[in-house]
Amino acid sequence: MNMSVGWVFFYLLVFPGFLFTSVVGLFYTWVDRKVTARIQFRVGPPLLQPFYDFFKLLGKDTFVPEGAPRSIFLGAPLIGLASVSVLSTVLLVSNFFPGQAFAGDLIVVLYLFAFVPIVLILGASASSNPISALGASREMSLYLAYELPLLFALATIVVKSGGLLKIGDLLQWQWTNHPFLYSASGALAFVSAFLCMQAKLGFVPFDIAEAEQEIMGGTILEYSGPVLAVLKLTKAMLYFTVSIFLTVFFWGGFRSPREGWYHILGWLKPVAIIVLIILIKNTNPRLRIDQALRFFWSIVLVLSIAGFILATVGL
Amino acid sequence: MLKGLKKAALARSLWIYHVAASPCNNCDIEILDLLTPRFDVERFGLLLAPSPRHADLLLVTGMVNKKVLDRVLRVYAQIPKPCVVAAVGSCAISGDLFVDSYNFAGPLDKHIPVDVYIGGCPPKPEAMILGVVRAIEKLKKLKDL
Repeated sequence: MNMSVGWVFFYLLVFPGFLFTSVVGLFYTWVDRKVTARIQFRVGPPLLQPFYDFFKLLGKDTFVPEGAPRSIFLGAPLIGLASVSVLSTVLLVSNFFPGQAFAGDLIVVLYLFAFVPIVLILGASASSNPISALGASREMSLYLAYELPLLFALATIVVKSGGLLKIGDLLQWQWTNHPFLYSASGALAFVSAFLCMQAKLGFVPFDIAEAEQEIMGGTILEYSGPVLAVLKLTKAMLYFTVSIFLTVFFWGGFRSPREGWYHILGWLKPVAIIVLIILIKNTNPRLRIDQALRFFWSIVLVLSIAGFILATVGL
Repeated sequence: MLKGLKKAALARSLWIYHVAASPCNNCDIEILDLLTPRFDVERFGLLLAPSPRHADLLLVTGMVNKKVLDRVLRVYAQIPKPCVVAAVGSCAISGDLFVDSYNFAGPLDKHIPVDVYIGGCPPKPEAMILGVVRAIEKLKKLKDL
């Protein structure tokens, strides 16, 4: 727990924070586009495509719409980027260097996850565009829809492990016993958390707040140039972070203490999770916002509560 | 070096925004063909952008008439520079058989700077890919961006 300030900055900015997460996250978006292309019998973009997109956006002009408060409109994406960097650091540090975490980091992770939709809502509401405002209101409804099942899913694993609130302790519990995914309550919690994360990422069938064909990008409609690059980078980093989140909390982390092949196989877990996300994304149509609300508040909430009840009786 | 990186990145990642300036819809159908699995322009980094604010490549189809001209100019103004404009189809290039029409506002390059001309009525997707390749070549030759 005795970390110098220098190490904290190294963790935050280089590894496993900002730099590592952004490179891997951009690579993840390439995997996403390539797998999507292969599903549609296309060739797909080259490996460095996300990096080209990012640097291209950095070199373009930025517009601030008339009547938009400059500080909030341009500042919101930066807050999002910062919060996702901290989030990935907190999640990865306890996996790479067990013992370097602080008590209650599970709750910090929950709050940092809430930052991303809040930042999108702030930026879209500040853009003084009615279509962006529509996207913001949809993002807000969607956030209210998936937040409760997500909380129940996390409460399930906390109850299952006997009240551990530290990510490192939860990982230790999974290494000594079994990953939460391999129990009835944990599997239910995983399924509901997985669906919540699909909505958190704004992927089909829950891309209602962005809906390119319908509301022209919704929350990110008014952004251009470097600010759009920051938003795209935030999304890419969130992509990686979500797969790490699901692996760490439900699948025993990507780094198990066992040596040898298990070590390498562990890295395939987040990849397996994103391939599943991409398959769902490519085989489903977009839902309406009322359908998404109904889906989360009836089916997913019931699933997660069932998992929670199973965990309280010890299954 | 930074400018070179900027230019190389732009040439490899043109996001398309498509304006239908009173077309007969044939060019638009061919543009949609361009984005289908058969031609797959995502190989070259081309993507359909949802909003002009995200776009780099503006495709204008149809003969620009007096009513739609204002919208074309506004969309062009909303695209963050540097950007590339392509006139798709004979109508956007010259007016084609509507050249004597009472509401024809003149060829597209009279109003906004056009970088590539893709002829045809409608142009084949292969012709559009050639046009995009020419746009990329043109971008690479540009000194200041």
